[in-house]
Amino acid sequence: MLYALKIATRYLTASKAQTALLISGVAVGVFIFIFMSALIGGLAEFILSRTVGDISHVTVEAETADPEVLIDADGHLLAAVEPGRLRTATLRDSATWVPLIEAVPGVRAVSPQITGAGFLNRGSQVAQVSVKGLEPGRESAILNLEGYIVAGSARLGSGVIVLGRRLAEELDLSVGQVLRLQSSGGVSSVLTLGGIFQTGTGMLDGSSVFVSLPTARNLFALPQGVTRIEIKLDDLNAADATALRIRALTGLDAVPWTDGAEQLMEALNAQAQTGYFLKTFALITIVIGVASALVLSTYRRRPEIGIMRAMGAGRGFVVVVFVAQGALVGLIGGVTGAVLGYLALLPLPGRDEFRPGTLPLDITQGSYGLAITLTVLGAILASILPARAAARVDPVTAIGQ
Amino acid sequence: MKTLLEARELVKTFGVGEAATHVLRGLSLTLEAGEMAALLGPSGSGKSTLLTILGTLMKPTSGSLRMLRQDLVAADDAALTEFRNRHIGFVFQFHNLLPDFTALENVIFPTAVREGRETPEARARGRDLLVRMGLESRIDFPSAKLSGGQKQRVAVARALMNTPELVLADEPTGNLDRASAMQVMDLIGEINQDQGTTFLISTHDEKIAARCRRQIVVGDGLVTG
Ligand SMILES: Nc1ncnc2c1ncn2[C@@H]1O[C@H](COP(=O)(O)OP(=O)(O)OP(=O)(O)O)[C@@H](O)[C@H]1O
Ligand SMILES: [Mg+2]
Repeated sequence: MLYALKIATRYLTASKAQTALLISGVAVGVFIFIFMSALIGGLAEFILSRTVGDISHVTVEAETADPEVLIDADGHLLAAVEPGRLRTATLRDSATWVPLIEAVPGVRAVSPQITGAGFLNRGSQVAQVSVKGLEPGRESAILNLEGYIVAGSARLGSGVIVLGRRLAEELDLSVGQVLRLQSSGGVSSVLTLGGIFQTGTGMLDGSSVFVSLPTARNLFALPQGVTRIEIKLDDLNAADATALRIRALTGLDAVPWTDGAEQLMEALNAQAQTGYFLKTFALITIVIGVASALVLSTYRRRPEIGIMRAMGAGRGFVVVVFVAQGALVGLIGGVTGAVLGYLALLPLPGRDEFRPGTLPLDITQGSYGLAITLTVLGAILASILPARAAARVDPVTAIGQ
Repeated sequence: MKTLLEARELVKTFGVGEAATHVLRGLSLTLEAGEMAALLGPSGSGKSTLLTILGTLMKPTSGSLRMLRQDLVAADDAALTEFRNRHIGFVFQFHNLLPDFTALENVIFPTAVREGRETPEARARGRDLLVRMGLESRIDFPSAKLSGGQKQRVAVARALMNTPELVLADEPTGNLDRASAMQVMDLIGEINQDQGTTFLISTHDEKIAARCRRQIVVGDGLVTG
């Protein structure tokens, strides 16, 4: 084995230019593989952080009881009870559930909320808004409110309201001003504008307002419980599993963000498929390159194979000599390509600093080990057939007297 | 004298039907241990064919071949590989050395391939053999850069590496000048004398043949003299 390796190494170093070319070819293939991995991974990360970074990953909403329906034995609808329009479903025991959910592994933050619709009055101007009551101190648990503040602060003290820039501009508001918020139920509160945010999302900036949970409790006449619990996870992809867990734990209808995000998931999936496709091609190129180089090499070295066989080298020995060449080329080319790939990705912005307009390449998703492993395996596979052909060379015709 | 090798009724036919070439037609031959024999015959008479069959590199169409009490016609590839490695040395006319290896590496190949590595003992023996062949200044020389005569002497050293009982040489001096050819034959003669290694050397050269104690002439697929 060691001796076969020596001969393989000597064969590779004997034709340096050819070997260098072959290794470069493999390295380029590996480079493409790593580049694609980093791009597809980074792109998915980028798209997800843009689309779901600021939303709840698992949401528990109070269930509105299904309207009761009476159907007779023949299937005729006899009566249906419609729910009252203003009836608000509540999660009454939120105080006990929140700590339970917080203890679930992978849960980063839990935000109990009271949500509803309302009207914002400023002088004669009125704007329809969606109101979110957040627990003071947890304002940025789901949406990074603090990060988006452009004036004032995100702190939701009692009697404080925070709203988006577009809305502020529409109503010509500035921090410190007083305005009146009326809930759909008719309750109204006088609030001070504590902060203005800008997320870049039109709906949030133009029609969402944030108040403290107690303020919302008052506005929507909910003495206890909440209407919604938003949950943020460490890992976006764990949403389905975590939702199931929370459902099992609390009996609540926990919904992962992936529900209703089929199109996004499909797009990401298609993207990943494209990535696999391109990576497979990079590997196939490597395999074909190594195989053709070895076919040529075994052909050129037929007389030598004949001599070795005549001197007592077994077929297995010949196979090892040529497979080892393939493996060495795969290993050296793989490592070279991986190092070059890493170095090429190094100066690019990290995953948390992706800017629109540039390729979101994620250096941490280069799949370096996988690229090297697959390349070595591919190169070994590619060399097996030529190596076996070499082992079957007839010494008499090869030595050709 | 002890019989080393016995070939009986060897037939070798290449191709079938109309295109068949009957190269050996029932040739029988016995080699005694310690012999030094020349194999003569016109071009195309089957000398190389006979040597490759005796060297277990090719099977005869029919007939028997025994050496050191072993049936070499019935043995499988792995057994023959092992047998060649231990008991038979080869010197060919062309394509003799591995060009990317030094003279010493070529010489110790038969031992290294058996032991799986190049041991210091093998290197020492290889050096001794090369010195004996008058190549002390070429021990670590790339074999591709040796002269024709030097290459053939390295090949002889390699053929002797595993102290085989039999060395088969197919026109070993075929493309050497007279002086180099005689130098190679002198060395072969010495080894034969000192170690009793049996040599069978095919040649067209009467002067080379005259250096051997026995002359075997083949013609028409049979031994004719
Ligand atoms: N593989 C083969 N297929 C068909 N015919 C072959 C094959 N090998 C040898 N022959 C034929 O067998 C005959 C004997 O060939 P061989 O090489 O043994 O002769 P030789 O005595 O060594 O000749 P030379 O002195 O020229 O080397 C030739 O006619 C040759 O054409
Ligand atoms: Mg011949």
